[in-house]
Amino acid sequence: MNIAAKSFRPMRTAFRRPSWVRIREVAMLVALQIFMTLLVISFLVPTIWMVLSSFKASTELFVHPIKWLPDEWLWGNYVRAATVFPVGFQRFALNTLIITSAATLGTVLSSVVVAYSFARLRWPGREFFFGLLLATVMLPEVVTLVPRFIMFRNFKWVGTFLPLTAPFWFGTATFYVFLIRQFLRGIPMELEDAARIDGASRLRTLWQILMPLSKPVLATVAVFSALQHYNDFMGPLIYLNRMDTWTMALAVRSYNSQYAAQWEMIFAVSTMMLIPMVLLFIVAQRYFVRGITMTGFGGQ
Amino acid sequence: MTAITQRRRDSLRRYFSGLALEETLSGFLFATPFVVGFSVFIAYPMIYSIVLVFQNWDLLTPPVFVGLNNITKVFRDPVANLSLYNTAFYTFLAVPVQLGISFLLAMALNQPIKGRSFYRAGFYMPMIVPVVASAVVWQRVFHPEFGLMNEVIGWFGMEPRKWLWDPALAKPAFIFMSFWMIGRQMVIFIAGLQNIPQSLVEAASIDGAGRLHQLRHIIIPLMTPIIFYNMVMAIIASFQIFAPAMLMTNGGPQNATLFAVLNIYRNAFEYYNMGYASALAWELFVIVVGFTVTQFYVSRRWVYYETG
Repeated sequence: MNIAAKSFRPMRTAFRRPSWVRIREVAMLVALQIFMTLLVISFLVPTIWMVLSSFKASTELFVHPIKWLPDEWLWGNYVRAATVFPVGFQRFALNTLIITSAATLGTVLSSVVVAYSFARLRWPGREFFFGLLLATVMLPEVVTLVPRFIMFRNFKWVGTFLPLTAPFWFGTATFYVFLIRQFLRGIPMELEDAARIDGASRLRTLWQILMPLSKPVLATVAVFSALQHYNDFMGPLIYLNRMDTWTMALAVRSYNSQYAAQWEMIFAVSTMMLIPMVLLFIVAQRYFVRGITMTGFGGQ
Repeated sequence: MTAITQRRRDSLRRYFSGLALEETLSGFLFATPFVVGFSVFIAYPMIYSIVLVFQNWDLLTPPVFVGLNNITKVFRDPVANLSLYNTAFYTFLAVPVQLGISFLLAMALNQPIKGRSFYRAGFYMPMIVPVVASAVVWQRVFHPEFGLMNEVIGWFGMEPRKWLWDPALAKPAFIFMSFWMIGRQMVIFIAGLQNIPQSLVEAASIDGAGRLHQLRHIIIPLMTPIIFYNMVMAIIASFQIFAPAMLMTNGGPQNATLFAVLNIYRNAFEYYNMGYASALAWELFVIVVGFTVTQFYVSRRWVYYETG
């Protein structure tokens, strides 16, 4: 039925429609194309302006009308921005890398283990706990902000990376657990049973059979989790008070308040922070799209 | 009665006998991280937060029990009420326009134009910019003297404005900025539009339905579950806006961008009123959850589910 309708369509447009209808349609598509191009440029302009301005001299930034390209590309802005703090920018980058990778690894590993239990094992209380898990997905996080801080303070974790990483090793990124569970439920039981009959343990079946099959969903979770922790601002703001523990997000904020007049430097550090995300976006674009489509989630 | 107990005993036996026992134990074992994590990092803080509401505590001196003081203060405090007003103003003006823009973009990208994946990536791009970086950029886009925004409105002969430094324009500036952050909603809409059976649109077209007619009677009704989903998520997120306000205006000018979470943050981590901050957090929690539940309730009237 569907196929017939589809194959019928070109004939209909080719023979039945008067040509002015087609001309109007083509004209509308061209107009749409131009309009969308202008629109997408406006979406990219703030970011492009930031990157271009990071190479300018201060004097080029404060002019009317706005100057887009620098006269001379001043890479020195980056050197200056990277070395102005007693702790170099590379320290902030390293801290961000440690936190992001520890939290992301924990999210992926613990989510897949928990999701396995919810998706493929039968045990009493499973439905109850799964209900709890679903309920937390839409929970506004703000309500646990203060008590969590007090709890981590009692643990003596404030000032360390632990509040920003440890919770994610316990399957508390509930949305990702849900996502992986849905995926695992779609894998036929027979594959797992065969390995079990050969004497493989549950953990080994999960590691060697199910995880390789779940690569697409695991990659999606990893990409979004990395984005989330890399960009996180509130967590580091609350828990990291010493400068040598700062992430890049805190460093950019600090530049912004201390060197407010030196836009080129602030734009340079912002650009440095942006580059890894752009690379991740280019490399893993299909996981972004698939992830959002699967989940209605992403970013943030 | 006995039948129910009998059945329950049977079902327990099913879990704990023979081969099933291994599965049950493995199930417990693999779920342990979540059970522990949920108890320690979610359930315990929520319960503890209720205790905090009845205390005054600055983290230095011992907590003092104050009864309902914090709760009554929440309703009387003009700053808290202003922060809720600001948050509601932002949410209810930003979210509908965001949904409209992202829906229109998705419709446009569903037409046979060239380079659709490029456009999609371009519109999504602002979402991957770290929030700190985009705050830095937008702060300067709205700069009263050398900002991009005044430059652009200047092309149309408009006078420069002070945007973030003007109490009347600061919230609208935030709303305007949020229109750049619609990539996620757009991608979800695109996925939804691609799931609409082409045969339905074809059939309507053969029956002589115009584009607008198709949109109103076929596309939009079929998209209502996705519009609803995007709306619920966008409202939850907008109610919790924090980082841009903290970074770009720090709540100013004249508290015009003091949003609820920023107010909670200040009470907790700048004024060290842990009890009062918890009371404010619970107020926001009740509002957001109440709002979400209401939306689910109202959705029965307008969201169309094919199976139902």
